[in-house]
Amino acid sequence: MKRIGLDLGSTTIKCVVLDEEGKILFHKYERHMSLISGMTARLLREVSRVFGNEEMLVALSGSAGMGMANDLGLPFVQEVYATRTAVKRFNPETDTVIELGGEDAKILFLTNGLEVRMNGTCAGGTGAFIDQMISLMDVDQSQMNELAAKHEKIYTIASRCGVFAKSDIQPLINQGARREDVAASIFYAVVNQTVGGLAQGREIKGKVLYLGGPLTFYSELRNAFDDVLKINGQSPENSLYYVAIGAAVSSAGEAVDLIKLAEKTENYSSSNGYVGCKPLFKSHKEYEEFTDRHRKNSDGIRISNVPNGEMFLGIDAGSTTVKAVLCDREGNIFRPSYLSNSGNPVPLIRKYLEELYREFPEIKIAGAAVTGYGEDIIRNAFHIDYGVVETVAHYTAAKRFCPDVDFIIDIGGQDIKCFRIRNDAIDSIFLNEACSSGCGSFLQTFAGVLGYSMDEFSELALYADSPVDLGSRCTVFMNSSVKQAQKDGATIDNISAGLSISVVKNALYKVIRCSDPSQLGENVVVQGGTFLNNAVLRAFEQEIGREVIRPSVAGLMGAYGAAVYAMDKSSFGAKSSVIGARELSDFTHTVKAITCKGCNNHCRLTVNTFFGGNKYIAGNRCEKPVKTEFDTVHYDLFDYKNQLLENYRKNVREAGKPTVGIPMGLNLYELLPFWYTVFKELGFNIVVSPVSTHEIYSKGQHTIPSDTVCYPAKLLHGHIEALLEEGVDAVFYPSMSYNFNEGKGQNHYNCPVVAYYPVVLDANVKSLKNVKYIKDFIGVHDRGEFVPHFKAVMKRHGYSFSTAEIKRAAKSAYNEYDIHMESLRAKAVEFMAVARKENKPVIVLAGRPYHIDPEVNHGINRLICDLGAVVLTEDSVSHYVPKFSTAVLNQWTYHARLYAAAKYVAEQKDLNINLVQLVSFGCGVDAVTSDETRAILESRGKLYTQIKIDEITNLGAVKIRLRSLFAVMNGENVEKQNKKESVKL
Amino acid sequence: MRAVRLYALTNGDYDPKKVALIQFQTGGGCRASNYIWLLRKALCNMGMEYVPVISLSFSNVEQMSGFKLYKMLLVKGIVSLIYGDLFMLLRNQVKPYEKNKGDTQRVIDKWVAELSAQFRKNKGLLGRALKKNLRAIAKDFSKIERLDVKKTKVGIVGEIYVKYSQFGNNGLEAFLESQDCEFMVPGVIGFFQYMFDNRQVDYKLYGGNFSEKIIAKFGSKLADMMEKVLLNTVKEFPEFTCPSSFDKIRALGEKVIDRGVKMGEGWLLPAEICELIESGYSNVVCAQPFGCLPNHIVGKGVIRTIREIYPDANICPIDYDAGASKVNQENRIKLMLAVAKEKADEEQKVKEAASK
Repeated sequence: MKRIGLDLGSTTIKCVVLDEEGKILFHKYERHMSLISGMTARLLREVSRVFGNEEMLVALSGSAGMGMANDLGLPFVQEVYATRTAVKRFNPETDTVIELGGEDAKILFLTNGLEVRMNGTCAGGTGAFIDQMISLMDVDQSQMNELAAKHEKIYTIASRCGVFAKSDIQPLINQGARREDVAASIFYAVVNQTVGGLAQGREIKGKVLYLGGPLTFYSELRNAFDDVLKINGQSPENSLYYVAIGAAVSSAGEAVDLIKLAEKTENYSSSNGYVGCKPLFKSHKEYEEFTDRHRKNSDGIRISNVPNGEMFLGIDAGSTTVKAVLCDREGNIFRPSYLSNSGNPVPLIRKYLEELYREFPEIKIAGAAVTGYGEDIIRNAFHIDYGVVETVAHYTAAKRFCPDVDFIIDIGGQDIKCFRIRNDAIDSIFLNEACSSGCGSFLQTFAGVLGYSMDEFSELALYADSPVDLGSRCTVFMNSSVKQAQKDGATIDNISAGLSISVVKNALYKVIRCSDPSQLGENVVVQGGTFLNNAVLRAFEQEIGREVIRPSVAGLMGAYGAAVYAMDKSSFGAKSSVIGARELSDFTHTVKAITCKGCNNHCRLTVNTFFGGNKYIAGNRCEKPVKTEFDTVHYDLFDYKNQLLENYRKNVREAGKPTVGIPMGLNLYELLPFWYTVFKELGFNIVVSPVSTHEIYSKGQHTIPSDTVCYPAKLLHGHIEALLEEGVDAVFYPSMSYNFNEGKGQNHYNCPVVAYYPVVLDANVKSLKNVKYIKDFIGVHDRGEFVPHFKAVMKRHGYSFSTAEIKRAAKSAYNEYDIHMESLRAKAVEFMAVARKENKPVIVLAGRPYHIDPEVNHGINRLICDLGAVVLTEDSVSHYVPKFSTAVLNQWTYHARLYAAAKYVAEQKDLNINLVQLVSFGCGVDAVTSDETRAILESRGKLYTQIKIDEITNLGAVKIRLRSLFAVMNGENVEKQNKKESVKL
Repeated sequence: MRAVRLYALTNGDYDPKKVALIQFQTGGGCRASNYIWLLRKALCNMGMEYVPVISLSFSNVEQMSGFKLYKMLLVKGIVSLIYGDLFMLLRNQVKPYEKNKGDTQRVIDKWVAELSAQFRKNKGLLGRALKKNLRAIAKDFSKIERLDVKKTKVGIVGEIYVKYSQFGNNGLEAFLESQDCEFMVPGVIGFFQYMFDNRQVDYKLYGGNFSEKIIAKFGSKLADMMEKVLLNTVKEFPEFTCPSSFDKIRALGEKVIDRGVKMGEGWLLPAEICELIESGYSNVVCAQPFGCLPNHIVGKGVIRTIREIYPDANICPIDYDAGASKVNQENRIKLMLAVAKEKADEEQKVKEAASK
């Protein structure tokens, strides 16, 4: 009897028919556009036609197949299991299978103990991710592969989660990196994600099989896997159909009449049902009233067809689009332009200007400003007069439509920017962290996946009777939720409406984190391209229960704001430096990739050279390669702290002494002086692992068991490897439930990860078994108890010391630790004096001791110094604040310092001081601390700024945050500027 | 969890002015100790700051409390842990096999009513009365007619809330039932034994307050007694799988992880995995909330070590989160079950071959 196997995946359907011997008689691969039951029925009919109505055994597999199999009473075969069955049959000699699907990544280890790994709920889809990247780069599948084949270098792109990677790629594209290199880097990111997330300590070697769509279609992706894993994997014949084949082989039960089954499938509606929300519009009339009202909001600003006197150019070089607009002195709009950014904003602006000059040779441009991710490159390329922070640009524009605006929310293609306005200044800023950026481009990609244009897709949503409640969650989760909704029988229009609602909920509850939408204030202006979608706009008004203002040029507000900004800055009769028609005709732009040799970071730079020799360098972490003159003095406590710790790396190994290695990570960033002194006094050689780099991280990446733990913890795996390479006798990394008790809270714990990471290393780093690994539990909080307990620990590992010896060592160690903290605090006093004298702003860059690791903070401290501020740390000011009561349980030593530092900052009156909190992605504790820190700061009217950091951090977004903060700190608010200008006039 | 509770305050079933909330606090170093603070914050945001939140804890993290536990209520609370663990243990072993659907639930309903009546009269709490009840309950369960069918045996461990709450774990137990599984979930008493044990380990590792150690020792004794009463009852019925004693679980755990790891479920979680595997539940779901820090250590962090000791261990860590999709979670569990089934089939084949 013939067997039919159907693999219903997240984006495609695969179907095979096998004969008795397991030979493939028929196969088909199709994208299902979410019309799963219809497509399945069609395939069944086709099979039936080909084989003359023969009855067959049927089995389903794949993520979309589970529910359907249940309801149709067909056998279901779990897809990984199906893969394995097929591999056993066709490629029995295989050791490891790597299978990438639409949204899943799987690794199967077949030999030496079967193990199967699937990507975690957070790791995102791989095929869907590549699809997103393809649409971002505006190429098709084969072009993508061809591009990647021609790469010269690979950029590091976050390998953890698809959304993260996307926010790395965007700046690369904007900075003019070669498309070939970006394409290849995307494939390498997929490889790193798969290996880092799924291998979890098991080496991938031997005969490797590549299966699934992406690995079938992209030879360059296979090459990237081969390259990274140093293997020579094979993509077998029928590599798309392994799951379907495995299902067919495992099919059991009775033969089925395919036509009958097709009918049953067609009529299949899920048994589950789903939770629905209120429809967006009940009637066409309601819809018309709604659109009328919004049209009227923009009546004050005209869009004209001809220039009117002095014109001002505004450009917003955003992540997925480039917007340009001109305005006259009255703020009326001329030539608004909305261009899709296919990777490089420069030619788009060039074209815009060329056409402008051609059609209006007489145009007088009196001022020009640029904002957005591409600000620097555009400014350099076209000699734009001003650069302006996005937040300020948006506020400037919003004021034109609503002078007393309280809250602005901008949802663009890739970013969500929200800010509260208080006293005519930008007060709180909320930006989407890279993890939850489900916004415009997400909707667009989804529409594409489901087979609709964006306009059609949002049109569908308007009259959906029961929109799916998809909650508010990050893009990756949303993909699965939509899958679930489809399984539960939601129609496309209800899914579309549900997605619009979820975009709104995501912004309100995940980005702004408001518990009550009325907190937004009376006058809310919504903007950004996503709000041009009426479904999203309506969903927003429904969710906050208030009418809002959407400007007619909602998608152009950044550019419009920049134009108005240029207007405010330019006096009458001024002439912009923007390049003219003649220079434009000679315009050239070349891009070169180099590695900076300025310091140990070895940043990969892209050098853009424009006509006339103007250069723009991107990819740098510091200002060193950019600045020609010698660096100005930095007052940077992060640097100072690192210098202090550097003193403990200078130990020269002496023969005859035992050597202990200390991995430099987590709490050892603070305790190094302590432990170094203990071991020095006890007569050890001490080796400290080198300063973290991405290379060090890569060394240990394969032993990380949990892909969602914070990056500082992950780094330790590499540090251990580095120590072992040095040849140490023992590795010392104690487990510590408790930290020093500084008397600031109800307890003095370490967070669970800091406390117990030594245990994780013990369980997962095999090579640690070759040395003494001292990971025992030790407390340093009680100076008396320390001595006998530490003595016992050392004895357990074969190092016998007398109590007196340990006592002496401990005394010196505590002393050394105290001196270390003292010098840190003294330096802070010195820096604050400088700040007072030179009237510099001060930033307390608050986090944990290990955030001074340059690989963890990505040079954010230097970025702040470059902006002209003095950088302090939380532990350099926390001691000024006596114990106080917090609204949350204050039980971790490091976090108690954070609260104290926030209070210190909040209470300073004579100093221009603010706090910026560094939060490592995945830190469950900071979910608690960040709200409290914000509350402490805001209770005294201070701004709260949070920066999320991970393996890779989008420094572009960080810059926006910091520059906005500085704009407020320096009192550079729009109102004041306007006033200044009007006085001059 | 909070969503459910706050829903109870707003849906009209209770007068919020006459309600107080109790939150059990472990006082450990994980973020869970902050739930009570977040709960208060949420009440504040809802304009219900008048609703008192009472902290029930052994660690006295929270000193303030306008609520004195009546001694009798406390006794009843503690004793009901024994009853609760027994119900859970036996229900899980009987229900998947029951011949007449609903029999198991009927026994539970009957006894919940019966015990409530006894409790109201301050009866059935101690000594003989307690033992008599326990035996009678077990007897009733054993009398339920059961089918002789083979089911896949699955153990459930994890963060204490997601492990037990079907709201937290997306109806994990119902799903496993639908997949023809029998599951074993370790009881609550073990968690209390673990907490008291931690206090004593702390004293050993870091020194500190001697009287606290004595109190913890007393607590341990009490919890051990409760466990003994429970296990002795189950042992009288050989048809039921009886869980190992805490001492045994602890010894198993020590092979995997140091007992100094005490935040969240700490060393207890891998210890329970080992115990489940040894009791024949070698397929284990490890349920953890997304972003739960201790579980990076004691969940995913030590699975490798457990596999070295038990190569047959089929462990499936699942992240639960308000945003995680059920399809994804169930798909993973299905994978675990497919592997389990294959193993069972192979064993069956070996057995058949041997018998031939």
